[in-house]
Amino acid sequence: MMLQRKNRLRALSLGAVAVTGALALTACGSDDNGGSSKASGNPSSATNASSIKCDGAKGQLLSDGSSAQKNAIDAWVKSFSQACGVQINYKAGGSGAGVTAFTQGQIPWAGSDSALKPEEVAASKKVCSGGQGIDLPMVGGPIAIGYNVNGVDNLVLDAPTLAKIFDGKITNWNDAAIKKLNPKAKLPDLKIQAFHRSDDSGTTDNFTKYLIASTPDNWKYSGGKTWQAKGGQSAAQSSGVAQQVKQTNGAIGYFELSYVGDGVKAVSIDTGASQPVAPTTDSATKAIADAKVVGTGKDLSLQLNYKTKADGAYPITLVTYEIVCDKGNKADTLPTVKSFLNYIASEDGQKTLSGIDYAPMPDEIIGKVRSTIAGLS
Amino acid sequence: MDISTQTTDAPPPTPQPTVTEQKRNARGATRPGDRVFLGLSRGSGILLLVIMAAIAVFLTYRASLAISKDHGNFLTTFEWNTNLNPPVFGIAVLAFGTVVSSIIAMALAVPVAVAIALFLTHYAPRRLSGPVAYVVDLLAAVPSIVYGLWGALVLVPHMNGLFGWLDHYFGWTGIFDWQGGAPRSMLTVGILLAIMILPIITNVTREVFRQVPRMHEEAALALGATRWEVVRMSVLPFGRSGVISASMLGLGRALGETMAVATVLSPTFDIQASLLDPGGGTFAQNIASKFGEATEQGRDALIASGLVLFVITLLVNGAARAIIARRKEYSGANA
Amino acid sequence: MSSAVVTGKRGSTLRSASLPKWSPWAIAAGSVAAAVAIGLGAGLGSKIQWGLIAAVLFILGTYVIASWVEGRRQAKDRIATSLVWVAFLLAVVPLVSLIWTTVQRGVKVLDVYFLTHSMGVVADSEPGGGIYHAIIGSLEQVGLATLIGAPIGVLTAIYLVEYGRGALARAVTFFVDVMTGIPSIVAGLFILSLMLMFEMQPFGFAGSLALAILMMPVVVRSTEEMLKLVPNELREASLALGVPKWRTILKVVLPTSLGGITTGIMLAIARIAGETAPILLLVWGNSFINNNPFSGAQQALPLYIYQQYANSSGSTAAYDRAWAASLTLIAFVMILNLVARGIARWKAPKTGR
Repeated sequence: MMLQRKNRLRALSLGAVAVTGALALTACGSDDNGGSSKASGNPSSATNASSIKCDGAKGQLLSDGSSAQKNAIDAWVKSFSQACGVQINYKAGGSGAGVTAFTQGQIPWAGSDSALKPEEVAASKKVCSGGQGIDLPMVGGPIAIGYNVNGVDNLVLDAPTLAKIFDGKITNWNDAAIKKLNPKAKLPDLKIQAFHRSDDSGTTDNFTKYLIASTPDNWKYSGGKTWQAKGGQSAAQSSGVAQQVKQTNGAIGYFELSYVGDGVKAVSIDTGASQPVAPTTDSATKAIADAKVVGTGKDLSLQLNYKTKADGAYPITLVTYEIVCDKGNKADTLPTVKSFLNYIASEDGQKTLSGIDYAPMPDEIIGKVRSTIAGLS
Repeated sequence: MDISTQTTDAPPPTPQPTVTEQKRNARGATRPGDRVFLGLSRGSGILLLVIMAAIAVFLTYRASLAISKDHGNFLTTFEWNTNLNPPVFGIAVLAFGTVVSSIIAMALAVPVAVAIALFLTHYAPRRLSGPVAYVVDLLAAVPSIVYGLWGALVLVPHMNGLFGWLDHYFGWTGIFDWQGGAPRSMLTVGILLAIMILPIITNVTREVFRQVPRMHEEAALALGATRWEVVRMSVLPFGRSGVISASMLGLGRALGETMAVATVLSPTFDIQASLLDPGGGTFAQNIASKFGEATEQGRDALIASGLVLFVITLLVNGAARAIIARRKEYSGANA
Repeated sequence: MSSAVVTGKRGSTLRSASLPKWSPWAIAAGSVAAAVAIGLGAGLGSKIQWGLIAAVLFILGTYVIASWVEGRRQAKDRIATSLVWVAFLLAVVPLVSLIWTTVQRGVKVLDVYFLTHSMGVVADSEPGGGIYHAIIGSLEQVGLATLIGAPIGVLTAIYLVEYGRGALARAVTFFVDVMTGIPSIVAGLFILSLMLMFEMQPFGFAGSLALAILMMPVVVRSTEEMLKLVPNELREASLALGVPKWRTILKVVLPTSLGGITTGIMLAIARIAGETAPILLLVWGNSFINNNPFSGAQQALPLYIYQQYANSSGSTAAYDRAWAASLTLIAFVMILNLVARGIARWKAPKTGR
C-alpha cells in the first residue's frame, strides 16, 4: 500500500506539472507580428491606416466563402485590423460553404464566386429580417491558362483551340490548330496533358462559361462548378493543378493568376482584338468594365461579357461578390461589416488589389457598390 | 473465464466456482462497488449506442432528402453534379474506387504489417526493435495531410518506373495497361493507403503478438520447433483475431481516408479497367472535393454517399467478426 | 508439432548440419552484388528496382542454400526469417522517406518565433507568422476529446469483454463497427446540425465532441482486443481470493493490458489529431490566439496545414509553414507517445520480456 500511495502522489505531481506547463504555455504566445515580423514587401502596408474609418467596428467577425479572394481579404484584413483593432476571420472554405453558412445565419457576410441563386435569395430572407441577401462585386481576377512546355515561351491560343484541348480533341502540342496561332514557336511532338479541377469550383464555372459563350460549337456542355468534359486529368484545388502543371512537361491547366511563374507560363488569348491578350490585372479590369449589372434592386450581380473583343481586355475573368443582407443585418455585427466593406470598396482598398494579382473593379461598378454599402441597415 | 466466449445461453458443462461467482456479480452486482462499475461501463455502452443512433437517424433523414431529388439513378449513375437542377448523382464510381483502393491497400499492408510485427517481437535484435517500434508508433501519428503532401511530391514521381515495368510485363492482363498519363491512379492510391495504414496495423498486431503466453512458445521450442514453426503454431493462431481486428482498424482508415487520396488521385467520374490509368474516385475524397462548393442539396447528396460508406464498412466488419467468431477456438487465452 | 516426429531423417544426431552464423550476411551481400550487376547490365534506372531484385535474390538464395545444407524444415525457417527481414526493410524505405521529407522541409522556418507567434494579420501568401494559435487549439481540442472519448471507449470495452452478453452487448458491438466507418466530415455535419439547432457560433469544444465521436470506436476496438488477451487465470485467481469484480478489473485486468490500451488510445489520439474536416466545420479556424475552447473560433494544426497548402496561391512561404507545422504536429504526438509509453512501462506489471 505504501508503494501505491507513492505512485499516486507521483501521478498527481506529474499532472500538476502538466497543467502548470500548459498554463505557462498559454501565457507566452503573441498575436503581434507587427514590429518583429519577418514579413516584407507587403503592398498593403503602404496603405495609410488613418484613411480607414472604423465607425464603431469592434470585436470579432467571422466569414467564409470563396478561396479565390483569400489573398485579397488577407491583405485588407491586415490594414483594417491594424487601424481598427478588429479580428476578421475569413475561412475560405469555398463559395458554397460560405453561402450556406450565410443563409444558416452563422456569418454576417460571405464571399462567393457566383451570384446568389433564386432559392438562395429565398433562404437568405430568413436571416435578413425584412431584407434579403445581395451581391456586391468586389474582387476581380483573371483566370490564367498555365502551361509547361519546354522551349515554348509565348503561347497564343483562342477559344476553339482551348475548348478542343480541354475536351481531348487536340492531343498533341504540334497540332495544326496550335501551329497556326503560333507560327514562330517551336512546338514539340508531345502529348498534351490537360489538367482540370477535381473539386467543384467557381474557377471551373467561369472558365467553362467563357468556353460556352465564345465557342459553343466546340464546348457542348452545360457548364457549372463541376467539370463535365470526359478525359483529361484532374487535381484538387488550384494549388494542386498548378503543382501538376509545374511537374509535368506538356501540361496545361487553369488557375488564378498568382500561380503563374516558377516554371508555369500563361497563355495569351486571341480574342479577335488586334493583339493577343495576356492575363494581367489591368486586362481583367478592362474586361470587367464590359460587363453589365443584371441584379435587381440593391443587388449588383454582373453578367460578364466573355466575348469581348476590346483591345487589351482579357476575357476569362472571375468576379468575387461579397454577400450581405441589404436590410436586417444583425445589430452587433453591422457596424463592423459596414466599415470593413466601406474600406475594401474605397480607393485605397481597391488599389491594394493590383499589387497581389487581383483586378480592381472598374470605377462605374465600384461607385454603385459604395452607395449600396452606405445604405446597408 | 469464459465470459467472452460464452455467447450461447447454455451453461458450461463443468461447474467451476468462478462461474457462479461471476454470474452472481453480473446479474445482481451484489457489492456497491460492482454495481457502480457495472453501471458506469454499461452506461458508456448505452451512450455510444445513443450517439450512434442519433447519427444514423440524422444521416438517413438527410440522405433520403437527397435521394428523393436525385434525377439520375443513385446506384448506377456515373456522374456527380449536384449543382444542376434537378441534381444528377450516383455512387457507382465511388463505391468501385473505394473498394478497389482499399483492397489494394489491405493486400499490400496486412502481410507486411504482420511480418513487421513478427520482426519486432520475435526476430529483431533487441537493440533494433525498441527504436523501430517507436518509429512505427510515430508514423501511425503522422496526419493524413502530410501523407498526402508526401504522396504528391515524392511517391507519385517514383511511380513512373513501377508503372512502366508493370505495363511492359503485365500490360496484357488489361488491369496493368498504362496509357502513359501521370501515375495518379487507383494503384498509387492503394500503395499510399497501404503505407498509411501499415503502422496502424503493425502497432496493434505487435501488441497482440507480445501477449502470446511465453509458455506456449517455450513448449514449442522445447519440442524442437524452429523459430518459424513456433511462430506458425503458437504466435499466429493466438494472434489471429487480433490481426483481423487490427486490419479492420486499418481498413476503417483506408475506406474513410480523405486528404491523402484527394492529393494523389486524379479523379474522374468513370471506372477505368486498368489500375494504372488515372480516374475513379472514393467516397471520402469526393466528399472533400465537392463539399466546399456544395449547396444544402449538395451536402445532402454527399451525406447520402457517406451513408453508403457506412454500409460498406458494416459489411466488411460483419465479415471480419464472422471470421473471428469461427476461429474463436484458436483465439488465445480465453479459449 | 507433428513435423517434429516426421523429421526422422536426421533424428539420430542431436546437432544437424547448419549454416555458419555469417551466412545470411554473405547471402545478402551476394544478392546485392548480383542485383547491382543485373541492374547495370539491363540498364535499369531506378535504384528501387535494384533493391527489389536484391530482395528476391536474397530470399531465393537463402532457400536454395539452406535446403541444400540444412534440410527442408530449417530452410523454411530461414525463408521465413529472410521474408520478415525483407518486409521490414521494404516498409522502412517509404516510411523513412516520409519522415525525412517532413524534417528536411519542416526545419526551414521552425524556430522559437514560429512556435510562439500566431498568424495574426500575416497573409497566407507572405512569409512570417507562426503556429502558436494552432498549437493551443489542437492541444485543447484533442485534450478535451480524449477526456471524453477515452474513458467512454475503455469503459465500453470493459463492458463488452467483462460483462457483455445479450442484446445490448451485441448492439454495442455492432454500432462500434459501424462507427469505425464514419467519415470525419459526417461526424462534423452531425454536430453542426446540433449547433445550428441551438444557434451556436463555432467554438473549440464543438470540434472536441466530433473528435470524441471519431475516437471512441478506435479505443473500443483496440481495448477490447487487449482485454481479451488477459489470461483468465489472472481473473480467476483474483476472484478466488474474494476480490470484488470491479477491483479485479481495475487492479488486475487493466494494469495487465495497460500497454496495449495505451497504444490503442495513442492511435486514436493520433488519428483525431490529424483530422481537418470537423475542425473546419465546427471550430472554424482563426488566425489569432484564442485560449478559450468554449467560446469563439479557434485554430488547429491539421486545419492550419491544410489551409496553408490549399489557400496559399502557390507561395513557398506557405508551403514551408505547412511542412513546419506538420513537423510540429508529429513532434507533439511523439512527445505524447513517449509520455504514454513511460506511464505504461511504469504502471504495467513486469511480464518478463
